[in-house]
Parts: sequence; structure tokens; C-alpha cells
Amino acid sequence: MKTTIHVNGEARSLDLDPRTTLLDALREHLKLTGSKKGCDHGQCGACTVLVNGVRINSCLSLAVMHDGDAVTTIEGVGTPEHLHPIQTAFLTHDAYQCGYCTPGQICSTIGMLSELSAGAPSQETPPGAAPVLSDAEIRERMSGNICRCSAYPQIVAAIKDAAKVMA
Amino acid sequence: MSSVHDWTPNNPVKENRSGLIGKPVDRYEGPLKVTGTAPYAYEVQPPSPPAYGVMVGAAIAAGRITGVDIAEAEATPGVLVVWTHLNAPPQAPRGTKAHPRSSAGSRPALESDRIFFFGQPVALVVGETLEAATAGAHRVKLTYAADTPDVDFRASLDRAVSPSGEEDIEVGDFVRGFTSSPIQVDETWETPIQNHCQMEPCASTVWFEGEKCIAHTSIQMVKPAQHGLAETLGLPRDDVHLLTRYIGGGFGGKGQTYDDLILAALAAKALGRPVKVAYTRQQMMHGTIHRPATVMQVRLGAEKDGRLNAFSMMTWTHCHREGNFTEHASNFARALYAAPNRLTGHRLVKLDLPGAGPMRAPGEASGTLALECAMDELAEKLGLDPVELRIRNEPETDPENGRPFSMRQLVRCLREGAQQFGWDRRLPTPGLVREGRWLVGMGMATAIRGNFLLPAKCSFTVDADGVITVRQGMTDIGTGTYTVLAQIAAETLGVPLGHVKVEIGDSEFPPAPGSGGQFGAATAGSAALAAGQNLRTAIAELATGDEASPLFGGRPVDVTFQDGVIAIENRSETLASLISRAAPEGLTVEGEIKPAQDAREWSQQTYGGHYCEVGVDPVTGEVRVRRMLGVFAAGRILNAKTARSQLTGGMIWGIGSALTEGNAVDTRYGSLINQDLAQYLAPVQADIGDLDAIMLDEVDDKANPMGVKGVGELGNSGAGAAVANAIYNACGVRVRDYPITPDKLLAGLIAKGL
Amino acid sequence: MRAFTYERAGDAKAAVKAAASTPGARFIAGGTNLLDLMKLEIETPAHLIDVSRLNMATIEATLDGGLRIGAATSNSTVAADPQVRARYPVLSQAIVAGGSPQLRNKASVGGNLLQRTRCAYFYDTSKPCNKRAPRTGCSALEGLNRNAAIFGATDHCIATHTSDMAVALTALGANVETLMPSGQSRTLPMLVLHRLPGETPEIETCLETGELITAVVLPPPPPGGQIYRKVRDRASYAGGLASVAVAGRQVALGMVAHKPWRASAVETALASGASPAEAIAVELEGASPLGRNDFKLPLVARLAAAAISEANGRGA
Repeated sequence: MKTTIHVNGEARSLDLDPRTTLLDALREHLKLTGSKKGCDHGQCGACTVLVNGVRINSCLSLAVMHDGDAVTTIEGVGTPEHLHPIQTAFLTHDAYQCGYCTPGQICSTIGMLSELSAGAPSQETPPGAAPVLSDAEIRERMSGNICRCSAYPQIVAAIKDAAKVMA
Repeated sequence: MSSVHDWTPNNPVKENRSGLIGKPVDRYEGPLKVTGTAPYAYEVQPPSPPAYGVMVGAAIAAGRITGVDIAEAEATPGVLVVWTHLNAPPQAPRGTKAHPRSSAGSRPALESDRIFFFGQPVALVVGETLEAATAGAHRVKLTYAADTPDVDFRASLDRAVSPSGEEDIEVGDFVRGFTSSPIQVDETWETPIQNHCQMEPCASTVWFEGEKCIAHTSIQMVKPAQHGLAETLGLPRDDVHLLTRYIGGGFGGKGQTYDDLILAALAAKALGRPVKVAYTRQQMMHGTIHRPATVMQVRLGAEKDGRLNAFSMMTWTHCHREGNFTEHASNFARALYAAPNRLTGHRLVKLDLPGAGPMRAPGEASGTLALECAMDELAEKLGLDPVELRIRNEPETDPENGRPFSMRQLVRCLREGAQQFGWDRRLPTPGLVREGRWLVGMGMATAIRGNFLLPAKCSFTVDADGVITVRQGMTDIGTGTYTVLAQIAAETLGVPLGHVKVEIGDSEFPPAPGSGGQFGAATAGSAALAAGQNLRTAIAELATGDEASPLFGGRPVDVTFQDGVIAIENRSETLASLISRAAPEGLTVEGEIKPAQDAREWSQQTYGGHYCEVGVDPVTGEVRVRRMLGVFAAGRILNAKTARSQLTGGMIWGIGSALTEGNAVDTRYGSLINQDLAQYLAPVQADIGDLDAIMLDEVDDKANPMGVKGVGELGNSGAGAAVANAIYNACGVRVRDYPITPDKLLAGLIAKGL
Repeated sequence: MRAFTYERAGDAKAAVKAAASTPGARFIAGGTNLLDLMKLEIETPAHLIDVSRLNMATIEATLDGGLRIGAATSNSTVAADPQVRARYPVLSQAIVAGGSPQLRNKASVGGNLLQRTRCAYFYDTSKPCNKRAPRTGCSALEGLNRNAAIFGATDHCIATHTSDMAVALTALGANVETLMPSGQSRTLPMLVLHRLPGETPEIETCLETGELITAVVLPPPPPGGQIYRKVRDRASYAGGLASVAVAGRQVALGMVAHKPWRASAVETALASGASPAEAIAVELEGASPLGRNDFKLPLVARLAAAAISEANGRGA
């Protein structure tokens, strides 16, 4: 099926098997291997990308359903020469070890910060209150991204730091 | 004969003139990892479009394949090849070592009709696309003659025997010591099977260049993978070039090759094109090794002042029918606490389960969950503070064999941790502290892990730009190897970090044992230091012998290396100017490290103390870790940033072991119940409260020339016990069957009338 | 995944017509559960009808003071909706207790209601399962069934419904609006949407082939406080062992049955003056645990009593 997806600001036209997930389209067809396959079932978050600015698991989405959508992957967030503030913060806080979950963590952070600033609640948000960027909120909101190396404390520190820089 | 005393002389790491050793520098490969541009094995772009291989796992745990129907699979659009044991290409018989010095023998895939464990790869489907191969794999129809699997560990304890070549170790007379002790603890703990759950499933991308096999795979140890693949394929070892540049987690589970590598290579050969094969997440759970379950009995006999008179720890565990792995959960205890009468040992039963093998802190991770809780129970019986109990049983020398400790700062770790954590605020009586819906408690435990050094080599090259390139058949599984090698190189050659390149994970580089057992940094780093010192010598000789150099005529030993400049007093030039002039092709030297033959005359361990505060919801049995602190002594720290991450990561593994992680065998089928990451619960962010690790200053001169030890396993050792002890302090319930899930804790709370 | 054809529906009527007339057709919106199951070939649709872009993602007040939530609305959008947070906090709380943010951003309201069980034996295709492969047997019955149902199970199936959102909707007395292939719409109470397993656990709802959920309609909130509590083995991103949704005197339980369990015995007992603990005890008289899941009785008893008390202002 002919599908056009705007990936990192560039229209990419693909002829895809309808079974191809967004993740496999990115990794195997567009050679954008920054988005990782950790479980392929929405159970780890390593494949997290932003679709029209919203974070999702790209493994649990068919590429053909994203015709016309704007997808941002880790490759569109920053490069080794020009790091995004969140990438810089992950680097300086050592918020990763093996690095396999890291692109998903970073894309998830971008989505999380925009959800939080829009006032979306989490289970840590008191009923009726606007959420704040507390440690507890970050932990709950980043729980969809498993880090088996368990850099969790460093990730929280990196996110707090990056949020300050970005504010 | 080599000796630890050979390591006494000064060296650049000890001198640390630039201060790079220990400095918390960012990870060398970090910019690639945070931008997603570090290619892991499945992401390496081969020279031509790859075909995709998908494996099929056995649906039974023991028996034979009696029927094979691959017609529908072969007819699936896009499918190129379907193999089972009936038509797989020939491979060398299992265990073959055509080259007698191979570090691994042949490991054929799709070997026969025999099924040895549930999920064993029994077919490979290769397709033009991943979708085609996956669909084809679902169409492979196998019929089986299933044997009743022998898989019930708890029902098999009676037939467990001492592992081959091992005997119980008894010092003094344990039974007499125990029965005559006024205060006794005799309890049994159980730990479940655990899965590594590396974020990156095992994967390989393989192609051939002529006769040469180029294999990118995800593995912790390079040489055995290269040798094993060559032996399986019947190739000369040099015809396999094995690479493993970035590895998405290992934790011991990628210490060996699996069928993805063999099958990708066989298919690449057969199809004449690159082939990629990866395990699915579901296949990882059975298809790769696991930490086996244990039953551990701890008996402690103490005097009323808390001094241990008798100590015993016995571990029952299991491994695969054809395997010989033992979870040595009692071993660490031999070096831990003083007691004149001691008995430790292991019992092993072989079952039709997938392979048991090492997983982060093998031995300690399980064993501390028993012993360190037993010590907590003893402290309570004695009415003694748990920290004080440990201090009172601090031995002067190794309590089992009397050897001196190379270095032992356990008590300092415990005291420092107690002070920084606020241990004095802990109420010894459980259940007294309530905050909102939570009962709050504190617990502590000791961490210990042995220290090892293995043989390794390394090469250093300096080029005409004055850039140092480190090459080593070493791996970085997230441990920080790239970074500490760069630091050692920069410090040793006196160049800025930016002038160092590190290339590892390649079978054509000087061999190193890889990542495992907490020996990686010490082993690989010591070889790097040796190579660096050799390169210093070569450079010094080059400069002092080069008439064009300002250093000409000086003594090589007087040459200093600092900021990319070599000098003898006020005569100097840059490293780049020397090499570009005198050795424009660059200069390469090797170095190596070997274990000292007298190293085992000392008891060498790393140590720590864990402190944890939890909340327990007495209504539901839910537990939340609120705070946790570990204080560790592990020799010289090469990088305070990456070492801390190793330690905090290990501590979080302890939290997982205590609270969420475990797998169970459905004994009817011989399969594990948790087959994905929704069912097998590794901790997530929300499970972790404020958590930190502190490293004490230490240099262990018996460990290696740098005085460093490892940290990768240490953080895990004891961490879960601190959580369990905190739970008891919070609510007065001890659960000795891990993990401590709400259902188990709730039963205890109800029994206590809470 | 088995090969399938794909179409993007232009409007809801065309979608249901296509679904009724194409063998093996299924709707897909978020896809977070359907694709999960398709990858394992537990679900093998021959044709997918994409309803994610139909105009079914609005949240609007109803004339009677309730709220109508379009079925294609994402779970996250519902949880964050100011009207939902202000008037139906139990629904917002339940949604954010389920899955992960990424899943909730993608998952639709309709799909959430139709999500299938997380029973490990349903997922392991090498095992018998009446729900996955009718009349092959239930391997959970004698298996590692710690998380099995305690209400309404049969020897044919002991699986639970694992939606959090559906538990809150059940407590709130929500209705589900659907469009039938005939073009007629109908309204189903949450109570009747899902079935108990009986002898046909593969049939999970009363929806007809090709019938599409178009909206969830909430009545005005009942008087009294609202609360959702869920207990699970991990602090987040995990299925529950049990949950409870309380909206005033209306109570529903989660992860205890093949469907969200409206605790009507609790409500009757509360109405006649029973304490929360007494009321939940009456409900649990109808429970039949299997051994490994016995703990759910005290867990539900304590959890529900605490939540009812808290929602109704009597403290925890």
C-alpha cells in the first residue's frame, strides 16, 4: 500500500505490506534504527516515537494507518553534533547504560513534558489539581519506558535538569 | 612467577597526573546512544539488502518431533527457506573442537528431532521481509511425541545432589556449635526463576565476503562466540570475523551464543546474501538462560552477645538436564561473617527446563536474600541493632580459610551508610511508624562480591595526529568499558580524552575475556594500562633516538607525557609532531595482563551496605520503596559516574528481586508462565524512590596494577534483603518466598491481625 | 501476522456495512490490543477497517446533564478532559491506572472496552484455551491461575476482564451506543455489554458481527464521592490483581470476573444501612476462588471497604 509519512520533517513515500508496523517501517524501510524493538508488544517503550506530537508505541501501530501523519523519531530530535537539551541532560546525568531503551526514553520525555504542561493528569496527580513536575510525577509518567540497566534515578535527574533548560 | 608484588611500582593510573582516573566523565559512546545512532547487531547495515530469519520454538518440554509439515510455510508469499532438523545444512557435531584451543565447541542448531526444553528453536523461516518470515513461521506445523517433563523443582529436592566435583565445606563442628548456641535462627527462603530481560533481544546480522563470515551479534564475550561459530560451521577460526560493538544489555544472559547467530550464518551461506535473525521477546524467556530457582536453609547459632558460634547455609537449585551450571548461592557467605563452626554447600537437580546460567551477581543475588534476612531475624532475637550484629561478627581474616583480606572496608561501609541514611531514626519494634495509608520501616543488609582478574591483551596505536586508538576484543554491555578504556589511555599517554579512540567488540582485536563476573573493567583496563605503558616506552625511545626531536639524546625513562606533549624537563614537542615526523604510519604496541599466581593468598572481595526505607499499605499488602542508599568499597573507582550507575542499577535489580520479579514453571507443560514483559515484571520508574550509591575511597593493591575492583554485581548483592528487612520493620511480617507480592504480604498481615 | 487487507472507512455507516459483508473483517482504531494479538496470531482478521479517523472523537455534554464520549477518543484525552476530571474523577483515575501513557495515547475508548483478557494461557498459543481455540479446554483451570476470576467463572474459562476504564464506567452506570450493520443504532448498558464465559468464553460481548461502538454515554454523576483504587504487583504499567471503582453508593470491581463486576449486593447492603465492610462481605459470599487466587477475597474485601469509606467521607 502506498503510504506517505512525514518523518522528521521530510515526506517519505513508501509502498508497504499492510502488516508492517510503524516501527518496522522506520527501522527496516527507512533505516531509521534509533527507534528500538524491545518487546514488539507495547510492553517496554523502547519504540516510543512522537506522532503529531504525541508519544506512542510505534510497535503497536500499523504504518499504513499513519498516512499523512508527522512522525518524530530520535533521529529528528538531535544529532551527536547538535544535541537536544534532553539528550544533553541524559548524557551528563548518565541516564542510560546499554543505551537500547534510551531513544524511547528521550522521545517519551518530550511527549511527557508536553502532556504535563497541557495539564494532563496521572495517577500521581491529586484529583482536580494541575500536575507539577515533581519526582513522583516524572516517575509515574515515565513508567511506560522500562530501563533494565535501571538508570531510573539518573533519568529523573536528567529530565528535571532538561526541563529547567527548556523552560 | 608472577606476583601481586609485581604491581607495587608506580604507574600512570596510580599517579593520575591529569586527574582523569576516577573523574565522572560522560560516556565515550554517549552521543551515539542518546541520538539513536549507535548500531546494535540487528541494525548494522549489510552490504546488500538482508533477508529476515524467524525462528520457531518447540511447543513441548521433552520428547521428539514426529511430524514435520512445512508445505504451507514454504508456500507463504515471500518465504525463501524453511528449515527444520530434517533439512538444515550440515554442522559439526555438538562440542566439536577442530581447533584444539578453541574457547568454545560446535553448537549446532536444528540438531535433531530431540526436544530438550520448551521453546527450543526447532525451525527457521527466512523471508524477503520480516512480515513474510513471521507469517511463514506461524505456518510451520510440527507434531510431537511428548515425554512427561521432569520439571518440578520443589518436588525434586530429595534427589538433588552435590554438584559434580564439589563437597560441602565444614569448619569445626557445625551441629555441635549450633545445638549448643543459646540463640538460634533456622529458616528457609525460596527464590524463583528469574529472566534477564535485556532490553535488546538476542540478534545477529551475518553475511559472507568470499569465504569469510562477517557476523554482527549481541554478546558479552567475543572469542567463544567467534570460535563456537567457526567450529559449528566447520570454518577456520580466522574465517569468522565476529563483531559486537553495541550491546543492549547482557547481565550474564549474553555470555554465550544462541541459535540466532548460527542460523543467520547458515542462512547467509545458503542464500548468498546477508541474513538477520532475532529472538522475539517471547522467545527470549525460554530460549535463553535464566537464573534458576533456589531453596536456601540458613542456620545461625549465636551467643547472647551476638557473636556467631555456628553458621550454615545450604542451597538447593536446578539446572538443565544436559547442563552443569550451579547457582552458588552459599559461596559468598564463606567469606562474610566470623563463626568457628561453619557448614556450607549446594545441592543440584537436573530438570527438563531451559538452561540455567549466570545472571547479574550469580550466587550473591539469591544468597543474600536468605542470609541477610536471617541476620535480621537473629538481630531481633538478640535485641541487637542489625548493624551492630554484623560489626560484632566482623572477622579478622577470611573466616573459612584464614587468609588475610586484601582490603576490607565492610564496617566502614555499614557505619557510613547508617549515618548518611539516618538509621538512628529506625524504631526496632515493627509497625510503629505510620504516614497516611503507609506503615513505614527501615532495613539494611550487607553487600559482598568476590573480585577476579583474568588474562587479557590490548593494543594501543598512536597516529600522526597524536591520536591514541585502543583496540581490544572486549565488550561494553552498558558497563562503561568504552569510557574507562578511554580514560586509562588518555591518562597513561598524557593526551586529552578527545584524542583517544576506542574500538572494541571485534574478534580481530587482541583478546579480552569480555563482560561478566564484575571482572571486566579490572581485566580489560589492566591490559590497557600495560599497552599504554608499552606505548609510552616505545614513544620515549623513538623521541630520544630521533635526532630531529628536542628530546634527542635524553633517557627514555625521563620522558614525561602531559597534555599531548612529551618532554624531558624544558625540552618538549607535541606527540603529533614526533609521530608525524618519526613514525608517520603510526606506532602500535600490545600489552597484556595475567592474574598473579599468588593472588589467591588473599581473600579479595568488594563490600557494601544497603539501607532502605519502605512503605507498606496494611490494607492491600502493597509495598513502595521510598528511599534507598548503598555505600560501597570496591577498590579504585575509574569513573565515578559510570560506576555509580552500575551500583544504583544493581540496587534496583535487588528491589526487583524483592518485590516484583520471578517466573514460575507450569509443571504440566514444563513451560514458564511469564512469557513477555507484561507478565514478567522488571521494575519500572514508579517502583523506585530516592536512591543513591556512595563509593568509599579505596585502592586494593592485591587486585591488579591499578588497584581497581568491579562494581557491576556488587550493587545487586544484598539490596533485596534490605528491602525485605524494611518490610518487616514496617509491618512485622516476614515473607521468605520471593518476590514479596501483595498477596503473600497480605496473608501475613491478616495473620497478624492487621 | 497473517496477511490481511486494509481499508480506511469514510463514515461509520460504510464501516459497519463493510464489516458485516466482508468475511473475517475487524475494526481497528488504536490497535494496541488487536495488533498485540495479531502478532501472535491469536487474532487473525482477513480484513481491517480503520475507524480511527471517523468523526467519533468528541466529548460533549448531554441534555440530561451527562456526558457523551466518542468511541474513537483516546484514553488519554478522556482522562484529561476537564468535564471528566471535574464530574467523573473515578473515570479519569481508572484510565490513568491502566497501561502506560504511550498506550493510553493510542488506545481508543471503544477498543479499551473490547480488549481481551491477559490470561497467560490465552497468550501462550501452545496451550489449550477455550477462549482462543474453542472447545480445546481451559489450561488455566488447573494451572498457575493466581490472577483468575472469583465471580462468574466456569470450567470453560476463568479469565478476567482487565480494563480499568470499564470498571469505572460500570460503577457510573454508563451506556454504550453502537451502530448496527443495518444502519440502526442502539444503546446497551455497560452491565449487558460484556458476557460471563458460560460455555462459550470466545464470545465476550453481546455485539453482533459488524456492530461498531460509537460512543459511551455517562448519566449525570451520582451523589457522593468517587474513587478508583487498583492493586498490582508493580507500582505502574501492570495489570491489576483487583480494583474497585466507587461513585457514591455505586460500586464496581475489576479483575475479578470475565466482565467488569457491578457489585450490586454491596449497593443493596449499603442502602439497607450496612457498613462498607459488611456490604462487601455480602458480595463476596457469591465468590468462588480456586486456591491460588483465594487471596483476592480478603484483598477485595479490604480494598473495597477502604475505598467505599473514603469516597463516602468516612476516612480510610
